Amino acid sequence: MPFRIIVEKRVEDVPKWLPAATSLGAVVLAFLICGVILELIGGDALRVLRFFYQATFGSWGVFSDTLVKATPLILVGLACTVAFRMRLWNIGAEGQFYVGAFAASLVVLVPLVSPDRPKVVILTAMLVMGLIGGAVWAFIPGLLKARYQVNEIITTLMLNYVAILWNNYWIFGKWSEGGFQMTPTFARSSWLPRLADYAREIPAFAGITLHLGVVFAIIAAAIVWWVLYRSRWGYEINLIGDNPQAARYAGINISRNIILVLMFSGALAGLAGMSEISGVVHRLQERISPGYGFTGIIVAWLAKLNPFAVILVSILFGALILAGREIQPSGLPQLLQGIILFMVISSDVLLRYKIRLERAVVSKP
Amino acid sequence: MSEYAVEMCDIVIRFPGVLANDHVNFTLKPGEIHALLGENGAGKSTLMNVLAGLYQPTSGQIKINDQVVQFHSPKDAIAQGIGMVHQHFMLVPSQTVTENILLGLERPRFFLNLPQFDQQILALQEQFGLRVDPKAKIWQLSVGEQQRVEILKTLYRGANILIMDEPTAVLAPKEITELMKTLRQMANQGKSIIFISHKLHEVMAIADRVTVLRKGRVTAAGQPMAGLTRAELAQMMVGRKVVFTVEKRPHDPGEVVLRLQNVSAENDKGLPALKNVSLEIRSGEILGIAGVSGNGQSELAQVITGLRPCQGLITVNGQPVSNRPPIEAIRLGVSHIPEDRTKVGTAPNLSITENSIMKNYRDDPIGDGWRINFNNARTYARNLKEKYAILAPGVRTLARKLSGGNLQKVILAREISAHPRLIVAVQPTRGLDVGAIESIQTLLLEQRDEGAAILLISEELEELMALSDRIAGMFSGMIMGTVPAQLRYLDEIGLMMTGTLIDQ
Repeated sequence: MPFRIIVEKRVEDVPKWLPAATSLGAVVLAFLICGVILELIGGDALRVLRFFYQATFGSWGVFSDTLVKATPLILVGLACTVAFRMRLWNIGAEGQFYVGAFAASLVVLVPLVSPDRPKVVILTAMLVMGLIGGAVWAFIPGLLKARYQVNEIITTLMLNYVAILWNNYWIFGKWSEGGFQMTPTFARSSWLPRLADYAREIPAFAGITLHLGVVFAIIAAAIVWWVLYRSRWGYEINLIGDNPQAARYAGINISRNIILVLMFSGALAGLAGMSEISGVVHRLQERISPGYGFTGIIVAWLAKLNPFAVILVSILFGALILAGREIQPSGLPQLLQGIILFMVISSDVLLRYKIRLERAVVSKP
Repeated sequence: MSEYAVEMCDIVIRFPGVLANDHVNFTLKPGEIHALLGENGAGKSTLMNVLAGLYQPTSGQIKINDQVVQFHSPKDAIAQGIGMVHQHFMLVPSQTVTENILLGLERPRFFLNLPQFDQQILALQEQFGLRVDPKAKIWQLSVGEQQRVEILKTLYRGANILIMDEPTAVLAPKEITELMKTLRQMANQGKSIIFISHKLHEVMAIADRVTVLRKGRVTAAGQPMAGLTRAELAQMMVGRKVVFTVEKRPHDPGEVVLRLQNVSAENDKGLPALKNVSLEIRSGEILGIAGVSGNGQSELAQVITGLRPCQGLITVNGQPVSNRPPIEAIRLGVSHIPEDRTKVGTAPNLSITENSIMKNYRDDPIGDGWRINFNNARTYARNLKEKYAILAPGVRTLARKLSGGNLQKVILAREISAHPRLIVAVQPTRGLDVGAIESIQTLLLEQRDEGAAILLISEELEELMALSDRIAGMFSGMIMGTVPAQLRYLDEIGLMMTGTLIDQ
């Protein structure tokens, strides 16, 4: 062979643009692979790609749908980002999402706030209840870990099922509408404002379902970024995540941070639940989340635990969910998701190793 | 047989911003022990990593037994009979010695007939005098024994050229003597050994020839050891005359800063590690703790800094610190130079800046309410980097990219610049080179003269004698007595370290 491929460990620092470039390259490559598979099974890859584009980014209407799907993913992805930074493996975002949704619903269903009060008051109450609900649900595994060193992976995972069943009890047993697994539709005063609500003033907004939740998500990303990169608390989180022994030596209270960080994480997931029922579903029902809590884990990893990257990755995944539903109920979109994840994770090799081609030396005897 | 087992010609290695090796030549004769001497960061390990196939040189040529070779990975180097024993061992704790030696080899393929391999390994041990039970699990072994496993690993892979990267840094004095014997025996049987070190007396004791590196350049190329003096070596290494004793002013102790009253504590395994320890240190005074490692010194440092629970009372300036969270000791002005730099003292994936603010990120001007003022933090880190001559491309460099000596300087800079009332220093100069030791010792003495109380825990008696005002002997978790740090008490110190109570 005239050339040989040489793989060397990187000694110097990775250039700043490289992680973003490899991740982007990985996504493009994943689409290409998916296209090849489509062609092989007799599909028309270009047509599917065009359709995918039109169904997700093709017009303001569909782009708004993409963003609606991305909103809960952003919030849950941020929830995982915060916890993973400290190497706390919160895989209970799904449960925290449900409890957040439940707690926010209490405002309407009990009702904690009369539906005749101004919208701002009701929505604020729902927002606060959503945050508290998620935080309380995450407090349980936090306390268990801080006090008794119970593995949070197990407890957060198990509490997912508890949360879903808890919701079901109330939906079926208490607030069921005519025996269906859903509560009556909430009064309009508890709906997050949507762009479509302003169609009378601005006709272009007609039919656009984008709701205020996306603003919550973007503000949350900014807050998480500030906390992780600029605040004292974020410094402590990063230090504990990198070396807990050094953190203890630096006088940081690790137990307290375990509880606080899990609660922060849970609150973000709970907010996702609130935004979903108040912005999209408008009632409490079964299966309000098609596994957002778990997709959030993937989102956080793909975003390399960077809050702003979480937004971009969530939009991509929101698009995949949306287009997927229209292309094929199951199959291709999941395949693409899987290949993207696989590609992005393996592209890490390029950050750790340099690969170059070298003309093979002809060895003389 | 060729004249040289290894010839490295004109090796240049360029890292971003640094010329790690600047046209270095190095030769190794068959059957010799060749010392590679130099300060931390002089380029010793880099050069040897090239020989072991871990780095590719920017330019230069390597010959093994007169054959030009090119290594693209450690595999290529192993195939040429080169084995490297790293400073940090790469062993699987839960597996046996034999399993560790076989790990990663082509055969046995599938079925593991361990007893048969145990025998092979015993035979290998016999040949070179490297005794260690092949059936023992790694975690059961002492550090010295683990090192023997590493050497056996390379020998089993057929190494004829052994690179020992600072092999004595982790060993107790007795283990060092044994290692020296083994190395000599191996050389006598035709193995060629490269001995990387910055400890002059060891190099003088073991090496046939020496190559000295300074700042990536050769200052002595393969000179015969005989006829070189310690002072000459030190000068080639550091580039200036080295004073082997730091100057110490007479001490003037003030009020009591640290007081321990009947303090007892357990180690990680739940066994008693400290038994009724009582001691006092005054302001402006250094109390040295002499003892063989593992006699409770680490635990002593931990109970004072709040990292380990204990019985009894510990006060700093009259305020209790025992069984309180570490933050209380920090607030009372206790600095801690921990025994384990990488596991306790620093966070490897954070920058120099983030590592240097670990103790003062809460305070003005770095801590600012809820936020951290990273501009001020970076300025602060830059000042430390300059003042303490920390060698790094910049303050954004990650801690794990620093050499041992520079990492220790980061810790020291951080701990000393807090203007501590009490410094708990555990092995502050372990593994450092002559130049760095000198500057660290000087720094500690400066702190003492400025009125800090210092608890110095060290295994180097020379260092204890040079720095301390008083020396306490520690044995099996007990303080065996305290004597002034003067040469005429050397016998008493030896007695205390081996378990005899001395009345003062």
